[in-house]
This record gives sequence, structure tokens and C-alpha cells, in this order.
Amino acid sequence: MKAPDFSYLRAESVDQALDLLARHGDDARLLAGGQSLMATLNLRLSAPSVLVDLNHIPDLAGITETETAVRIGAMTRHVAVERSPVVARHLPLIAAAMPHVAHAAIRNRGTLGGSLALADPAAEMPACALALQAVLEIAGPGGRRRVAAADFFHGLFETDLAPDEILVAIEYPKAPAGARWGFRELARRHGDYAMVGLAAMVEGDPICGAGRLAYFAVEDRPVLAHAPASKLVGEVIDDTAITAAEDALDADLDPHGDLHADAATKRHLARVLTRRVLGDLRTV
Amino acid sequence: MASPVDISLTINGEPVDERVPARLSLVDFLRARMDLTGSHVGCEHGVCGACTVRLDGAIVRGCLTLAVQADGAVVETIEGVSDTGEIADLQEAFIRHAALQCGFCTPAMLLTAAELIANRPNADREEIRAFISGNYCRCTGYQAIVDAVEDVLASRQEGAGT
Repeated sequence: MKAPDFSYLRAESVDQALDLLARHGDDARLLAGGQSLMATLNLRLSAPSVLVDLNHIPDLAGITETETAVRIGAMTRHVAVERSPVVARHLPLIAAAMPHVAHAAIRNRGTLGGSLALADPAAEMPACALALQAVLEIAGPGGRRRVAAADFFHGLFETDLAPDEILVAIEYPKAPAGARWGFRELARRHGDYAMVGLAAMVEGDPICGAGRLAYFAVEDRPVLAHAPASKLVGEVIDDTAITAAEDALDADLDPHGDLHADAATKRHLARVLTRRVLGDLRTV
Repeated sequence: MASPVDISLTINGEPVDERVPARLSLVDFLRARMDLTGSHVGCEHGVCGACTVRLDGAIVRGCLTLAVQADGAVVETIEGVSDTGEIADLQEAFIRHAALQCGFCTPAMLLTAAELIANRPNADREEIRAFISGNYCRCTGYQAIVDAVEDVLASRQEGAGT
């Protein structure tokens, strides 16, 4: 189908975009990469009367590095993140996950901030943000604020963003020395949304000092599974630790069935992925 | 009705000035206004890939991009890319391998394959399959398409080496 009628307004700055949001309220939607929004418009699942285009705000895109963190502007396209040497060096989990995000033509247009702000529960980037303890920088009428990824995802397509706010950047702490990552997802076709996915980060080699396991496409938002991660702490990652983590999974995951798999299948697949990803990270 | 928007862009090397409704997708604009019907409209929600065109040198979904967003941009369609001869060897390989049957997916498949060939000259069959996974072909089973792309990668490598 074709998109419903709407007005198109191009913002040249974050302040102007905030003004437009304030003026048009609930009738307005922000247009980032448009790779999900345009589909929902064409399917008439959404009918905003105004689109505020963020694609012409220069300071919203770009990847910068500080001593301890990598900051990625919200309008940085997936392809730029995928090809960034800074990301490859300091955020290898993101570099590994990015090729799984949709398809090349969509990554050429889609943005990191758009993916996080949409908060599709089956998307890769929200789970990576959790695993990496990213901080999201948000601009609103009252100024800027920072929110931890763990507090950002509220539910199905719901986030901490208020209707008059804009996600401007995502800051990822650089991986500490000895940190290792694992990423896998199960999808019927390369580039499809995952049936179940896991983004994992462990610190310490060979003894695990901390671990974060972020599952996606399991519940209504990406989930940090604390119980299995706690089974790794203070241990070498071997068969015993992997089995303990796998067995602890049920305490944290409450899978929701969807079109692709029912809850029991997702529970099973989450166990399978846990074994595979921790197998990738085993230290003995 | 929302007000239309004036856009200026370059399509296949030609400057174009048009007034378009904001809701008009890039692929509908190219087909209906510019008479460039080589870009096809399939699913209209970004799944099938038949609407693939180049925007500022990179392939995008023509159904998930608005015509107004192409303001100031350089757009290339299968017509333009065919005319320049850039993908002549790829088109030959598609014919040689019978990598098309009905032809509906072919223009988009060619543009997608061209981006793979340009960016990943050493791609193996698995990478070819992954790269074209965003383009549906309901006739060929992909085997012949992968063969054709593999062939071009090999012959261009050979050409580059001599």
C-alpha cells in the first residue's frame, strides 16, 4: 500500500526538531533512517500528520572516541558503524552484530539511534546496548539527560523517551582489557529478525569477573539475564559453568511466543544459544 | 491535503526539478513521474528488495525512502547503470547462467550484486548469499544468481591481476 498523507518538515538542528515536536505534539513522528517507520506508514499501521526529518542535522551523525568511551551520534547509519575501525577495535560486539541487522540496502539507510528509539524486541542493537552498558543521551525541552540502557527499554516499542524528546547519541564504554564478547542469533533467513538472539560480554580471562547476557526476541524488550551471568562470575568458563548458566536461564527468561516460535520453542532456543555463545567464550 | 514539496535532484546523470507530495515514495516517483519503470514495486514494506535503487552511490529500498528525501541527492536506477556499461559483464553473466526467469527481481538483484562486487571483491558463495538475502527471487532458487555473481567476481579479479 501507499503511505497516508502527511506534511514533511526538515529540521536543520536538534533545537529546531525539538520546536517542531513541541508544536505538533502527538501528530508528529521523527523520521530517522525510516526503515521501520516507512514500512508502518505504507502498511497504514501509523498515520502521523507530520514527519520531522532528522537526516539534515549534521551533528547528530558521527563516531567519536574519548579515552574511555565511544560516542555514536543517533543518526549514524548502520553501514557507517559496520565499517568503523573505531567500532571494530573498541566495540567488537557491535561490529559482530551489525551484519545481522537486516540487509545491506537497509543498513545503508537505517540508523543506530532509530533502532534503539524504536525498541523492536527482536532487534540486535538494543540487546548490544544492554550487554555493553551503553548510556543514551536524550535532548528535550528542558535540556539534555542521560539514561542507562538498562533503564531505557520499557516494553514493546516503548522506551524512556517522552514524546517531546529526541535521542541524540549513544555512548559505549570501551571494552576493558581481557573482555570478550559473543554474538549469535537464530533466524530463518539471513537478515530477518531473530527468533532468539544473544549478545554477551564477559570480563576476565580465564576467571570470569563479570558477565552480561542480553537476550533478544524473547520477551517484549531485550532482557539482561542476571542469574545465568552470576553462575559465571568467579569461574573459568568450562562445561560445568556453561551448564550451570544454562540451567539458571529459566529464572530470568519468560519467553513470549510470536509468529516465529511459541514460548516453549523460544525457551529451548535460548538454551541452545546460551550453550553456543558461552562455548565461543570458554576459557578452558 | 499536506502541501507538496519542491525537490531538485540528479537522476541517471540528468538534473530534475519536480514538485511532489510528501508521501510519495522514491520508487513510485521514479516509475510514475520519471517513467523509469525498471525499478519494481513488490511488497512496499522493505522485505522483497525489488525496488532497490542507488541513492548517493549506495543501494537503498525505494519503497522505504521518500522522494522528498532524495532532494539534493544523486539517484541511479537500473536504466542509468545499464547505460553506463558499469554492469555489462554482470548482465552478461546473468544471461549466460540463466539467472533470471520472470525478471521481476532482476534489476534490483543486479544493483545489489553490483554493490557486493564493488565492496567485497573476495566474497565467497556464502557471502554472496548473505548479501543478496534482502532480494527475493521466486523463480530461480538463487543458485544461478550466485553462480553468475561468483563468475563476475572471478573474472574481475583476473582482470585486475593482469
